Amino acid sequence: MKIQILGMGCPKCKQLTANAEQAVKEAGIDATVEKVSDLREIMKFGVMATPALAIDGEVKSAGRLLSPKDIAGLLRK
Amino acid sequence: MIKRLADWIVFDKMGLVPKTHFGEAVDFFIYDLMKIFLLLIVIVYAVAIIRSYFPPERARKILGGKREFGGTILAALLGIVTPVCSCSACPLFIGFVESGIPLGVSMSFLISSPTVNEVALIMLWGLFGWKVGVLYMTTGVAIAIVAGWVIGRMHLEDQIEEYVLQFRVGGGQSDVAPPTWTERHQEALDYTKGILKRVGPFVVIGIALGAVVHGYVPVDFVVRVAGRGNPFAVPIAVLIGLPLYSNAAGTIPIVQALIEKGLPLGTALALMMSIVAISIPEMIILRRVVKWKLLYIFAAVVAVAIVMIGYLFNAVLPAIQ
Repeated sequence: MKIQILGMGCPKCKQLTANAEQAVKEAGIDATVEKVSDLREIMKFGVMATPALAIDGEVKSAGRLLSPKDIAGLLRK
Repeated sequence: MIKRLADWIVFDKMGLVPKTHFGEAVDFFIYDLMKIFLLLIVIVYAVAIIRSYFPPERARKILGGKREFGGTILAALLGIVTPVCSCSACPLFIGFVESGIPLGVSMSFLISSPTVNEVALIMLWGLFGWKVGVLYMTTGVAIAIVAGWVIGRMHLEDQIEEYVLQFRVGGGQSDVAPPTWTERHQEALDYTKGILKRVGPFVVIGIALGAVVHGYVPVDFVVRVAGRGNPFAVPIAVLIGLPLYSNAAGTIPIVQALIEKGLPLGTALALMMSIVAISIPEMIILRRVVKWKLLYIFAAVVAVAIVMIGYLFNAVLPAIQ
């Protein structure tokens, strides 16, 4: 499972990355958390609000700072 | 009500003397502190809930098909209810460009968004009455529309970075499910806490400065320097505000104190808008998608619009109030 955090380096994006890593650790699943900071790369996902989170290439949330609990919920689906 | 509580704390509990510089300054400080934080908590939460219904994707869909003039007006209004954090300015701008939304319309949105800040609006309402609140909102929208339209007429599309035009619009964000009621509440709560953390220090500093002005600056000092007699007060206020940046909430306590000391309302609003609407950090962020010439023109057009509004209000307001 590949989780990507889309954001250009503002505090929210960093926090979302930390939350994602925590959620993955707590769920104990095999997943990578990757930070995408390049604007061009981010735009390929078609999001208009950062921070955003994508799982296996699909955007699951945009413009929201998800808590580790929220992210865990997304991972389960 | 809150004033009585503040007076009780400062003059009865703390034993300070009314009408002295220090006593009045501290009284102002405590009173404003309580009042503003109460307003902040209640209103920021309410607005966060409203905003959860207006993701940027929705603004893009609404603005997509519209023609330039109507679009500029709509964009200014949408900018108010759509949450835009400074880091989303670029993706949002690109998203708008990709949908064929004209440059002027996008600019209108980007101007009204930070300027007509709901926190500022309601605080002005609470501190100066509903007329000032409405004035602030209509002014912010008017500036966004006029500046957006003027920039649109200047046909600066060549100022958009080339790579921005190469993106294709994806459906990326429209697949995301809308939040549930519990999620809305939780996020509004988190957002409110975040705002208090972020804006709080500014507000406290602003109130402290306001308290000093309130307690120590002689009543007619501001009037003498920047009152109705000085025709250059408005442009000077705007120039002062240009390099400064603060969240709108932080400027209000200072503005309140200055107005109490005789600064004309138009000049005060001009100063406030100049601090908030023209933000160097935001311009640096936008530099990634737009060239400097457009940014300079943007700052200049908005500054001129603010100056005009400042003069207009100084002329018109005494008649209304």
